[in-house]
Amino acid sequence: MSRVQNVIVGTARSALSWVPAQWLPGGTPDPLIGRHGEIGRQASRIDGEIKVRGEARFAAEVAMDGLCYATLVHSTIARGRIARLDSTAAETAPGVLLVVTHRNMPKVASPSLVSMSDPTAVGNSDLPILQDDRVHYNGQVVAAVVAATQEQADHAATLIAIDYEAAQAETRFGQAKSGARIIPSLLIERNHLSFGKAERELARAPHRVDNLYRTQWQNHNAIELHALTAAWVGDRLTVHDTTQMIAGEAAALAKAFGIPRDQVQVLSPFVGGGFGGKGMWDHQIVAVAAARMVGRPLRLQLSRESVYRIVGGRSATEQRVAIGADADGCFTALLHDGWSVMPPYGACPEAYTLGTRSAYRAKSFEILQRHIDIAVVPNTFMRAPGEAIGTFALESAVDELAHNLAMDPVELRLRNMPDKHPITGAPFSQHAQDQAWRDGAARFGWEQRAAKPGTRREGEWRIGMGCGGGSFPYVRMPGAAVRLTVRRDGTATLACSGQEMGMGTATVVVQQVADRLGLPLSAVTVEIGDSALPAAPMAGGSSQTVSIAAAVLAAAEKLPAELLRLAGNSSPLSGLRAGEVRMEGEGLASASEPARRETFRAILSRANLEEVSVTASGTPPLEMLKFAMHSTAAMFCELRVSDVTGEIRVDRLLGSFDCGTILNPRTAASQFRGGMIMGLGLALTEETLLDERSGRIMNPTLADYHVPVHMDVPQIDVIWTDIPDPRSPLGARGIGEIGITGIAGAVANAVFNATGKRVRDLPITLDKLL
Amino acid sequence: MTIRINGTDYDPPEDARVSLLDLLRDRLQLTGTKVGCNQGACGACTVLIDGRRVLSCLTLAAQADGRKVTTIEGLGADGLHPLQAAFLEHDGLQCGYCTPGQICAAAAMLVEAEAGMPSYVTADLTAPVTLSRDEVRERMSGNLCRCGAHNGIVDAILSVAQERAA
Ligand code: FES
Ligand code: FES
Repeated sequence: MSRVQNVIVGTARSALSWVPAQWLPGGTPDPLIGRHGEIGRQASRIDGEIKVRGEARFAAEVAMDGLCYATLVHSTIARGRIARLDSTAAETAPGVLLVVTHRNMPKVASPSLVSMSDPTAVGNSDLPILQDDRVHYNGQVVAAVVAATQEQADHAATLIAIDYEAAQAETRFGQAKSGARIIPSLLIERNHLSFGKAERELARAPHRVDNLYRTQWQNHNAIELHALTAAWVGDRLTVHDTTQMIAGEAAALAKAFGIPRDQVQVLSPFVGGGFGGKGMWDHQIVAVAAARMVGRPLRLQLSRESVYRIVGGRSATEQRVAIGADADGCFTALLHDGWSVMPPYGACPEAYTLGTRSAYRAKSFEILQRHIDIAVVPNTFMRAPGEAIGTFALESAVDELAHNLAMDPVELRLRNMPDKHPITGAPFSQHAQDQAWRDGAARFGWEQRAAKPGTRREGEWRIGMGCGGGSFPYVRMPGAAVRLTVRRDGTATLACSGQEMGMGTATVVVQQVADRLGLPLSAVTVEIGDSALPAAPMAGGSSQTVSIAAAVLAAAEKLPAELLRLAGNSSPLSGLRAGEVRMEGEGLASASEPARRETFRAILSRANLEEVSVTASGTPPLEMLKFAMHSTAAMFCELRVSDVTGEIRVDRLLGSFDCGTILNPRTAASQFRGGMIMGLGLALTEETLLDERSGRIMNPTLADYHVPVHMDVPQIDVIWTDIPDPRSPLGARGIGEIGITGIAGAVANAVFNATGKRVRDLPITLDKLL
Repeated sequence: MTIRINGTDYDPPEDARVSLLDLLRDRLQLTGTKVGCNQGACGACTVLIDGRRVLSCLTLAAQADGRKVTTIEGLGADGLHPLQAAFLEHDGLQCGYCTPGQICAAAAMLVEAEAGMPSYVTADLTAPVTLSRDEVRERMSGNLCRCGAHNGIVDAILSVAQERAA
């Protein structure tokens, strides 16, 4: 993310602001918008049945002859070097085939750090992997043991003796702040943003709040452990991995191991949860190298502890938010800055100020993020990186301001809703967050909230209500490709290397192909999860569905020409051009004379072909540059706080969303709820505890890191505006991450409403309320 | 002796360290049983031994010697088990990884409740148990779901509980 990138994005944006909207993708809205078809229906998950039967094969479940098993050994110091490593006992332990250390690991270049401009750059860390005796963070991989069984490998790993020569390492967030650096860009946005004289406006505002908020380290904790099964045959590599970036990983492995891209196949048909954590880390490189060294297929399934040690999570942050407002509550100044971790060998800027730039109208803005370097496993993208925790600080501050102004917090937000991007002035493609607020407040019964904190009580319980706004940018990745095949038996298949982690991606792909081709749902299948298929982008940034949808649209536009060519002169369609026909009723029909039609079956039978395929890529995502495009939300929470123990129980949660067309209400509701539940964990229970003296994670287990359990999760109500976005494929925007944004603010504000106590430090555990 | 798994007899493994979980997944390819922690914290590995729910990661395979083990593959052996159908109906899953453990745990939990076993949230310890939403939430809290399918899971289990009570 460089200065150059700022200039390029800036130039493209100003050039595009002169281009008429109808020239841009989506200028003519997607014809499927507003049409009643399979899109918008509650189709069941296409992979539901094999999942409830336990038949879906995950990465660590692929059987292979001669399979061997690996275990990792992790450093116990933060920085320094290995002074002595004795692996003799491990090497001679029963069943052991190989011990890999820096002494025998082949030369492998680490994958390049994740980059927006290079889809094959997918590394989360660019530190050398077992290439030398140096240690860079506590928990780094220092050895791997390969044995005939998992038990043998696990036991032998305990026999490796290592002495370290420790070096000075900064492991304290507070102390590293003085050495913070300022990077020019956060993803594709400029980092430092100064608009008007915000500090001066703040100082002279009649009403203001100005506070520090802290958020904790977190880990993704997908229930499926990171695991891969890797097999070499000569110079061909097959990897069954659990990954959010199938195509990127295949390219990265090819590069790392010096083989052509088409000699690597990465398969990942099912991913047992990702949330940003299932990317490229050191374990894939170690396992693939070890498999080549032993000459046998190999499985490496990380222990839960190993996942914590070498797969980074969400950085802790310290954020300042200040808001100045005039007597009517209109914002005159909005300031958001702070610190988060990004070691020089990592790539995630934890962009917690991005959402603030478009959330509210204000006369002036001052925004800046600083990044500190401490010796830790590199932090990475975790569900709504930035937004999940940035909205905690921002939405708490808005609530504090509402309290100062003695104004209803929903009213204060509505009063400051933007009608265009507040800083760039770019038009919104579609924006109805105000409606989401009003619909949500009405449905939740917001009017029952006591304006004065600490006044509602039932026995030992104080009861409170809170709300918080959420926002997540629309992203469509460039370069998604798909192959669309129509067969003589009347079926169709969409193939691409997309990933299904439970979002319902595969299900909505089937729905839209059915609508685009005029086929029944039952005639459509999807093939995903294989790098041998046309390359889909990674699953991230809530972008996968629209990225694939744009490619499906492009393929569906190509298909009629192919079919007309095959139809020939004796077809009722003869003489028609591609622009004059529509796909409907399981075939092609003339747009002006619908009686002139022929089914796909008939066309292919006459042509004596089994099938016809087209491959296409989506248009470049220029709409993102021309318009301000965001999924938004209004979150409401009601909870109880015990006077006796400080315990918090969340009784009700409602999410009201404005995210464009909802493609499948059933799977979308699950996505929204899932995000909201992870938001409850962020607000109340989750924290990765770093020992600041040693840089070591102290609770690398699901017993000591508390993800919300059934008893913590109330029934969650979700509603949406369902207003299509005229600029996006299908009218849709992302829904995977918006659910977690705004929740922590809503919870903290409800705690304040219940108790009169403002907690600015997540998670809000009971000790902070006693 | 042998371990009877889903109606078929298997010899216990020679290596005494092998857990029931690893016997199922690594040696018998019964990979419907999942693993999320290997230390009893997540419930993904839940199976039934003689009808009761156990965490197979904390059970040595040898401990199942002479007993009957039912895994997700055996639960719906003839068609879908009512819980499996209900999970589909109520979208009680996303990635599907915690799902087999949730379903096995729920199957045993329904029997526990029918036998009158109280839970932490049961008000009257002597009366028969009625499975309220809170009862189900409490009794299922040993099964983690990170995707957040909790509402659908509880709805699915309640629907089956009501069918069985009717
Ligand atoms: S794997 Fe057994 S409880 Fe987690
Ligand atoms: S469905 Fe993914 S963990 Fe429960």
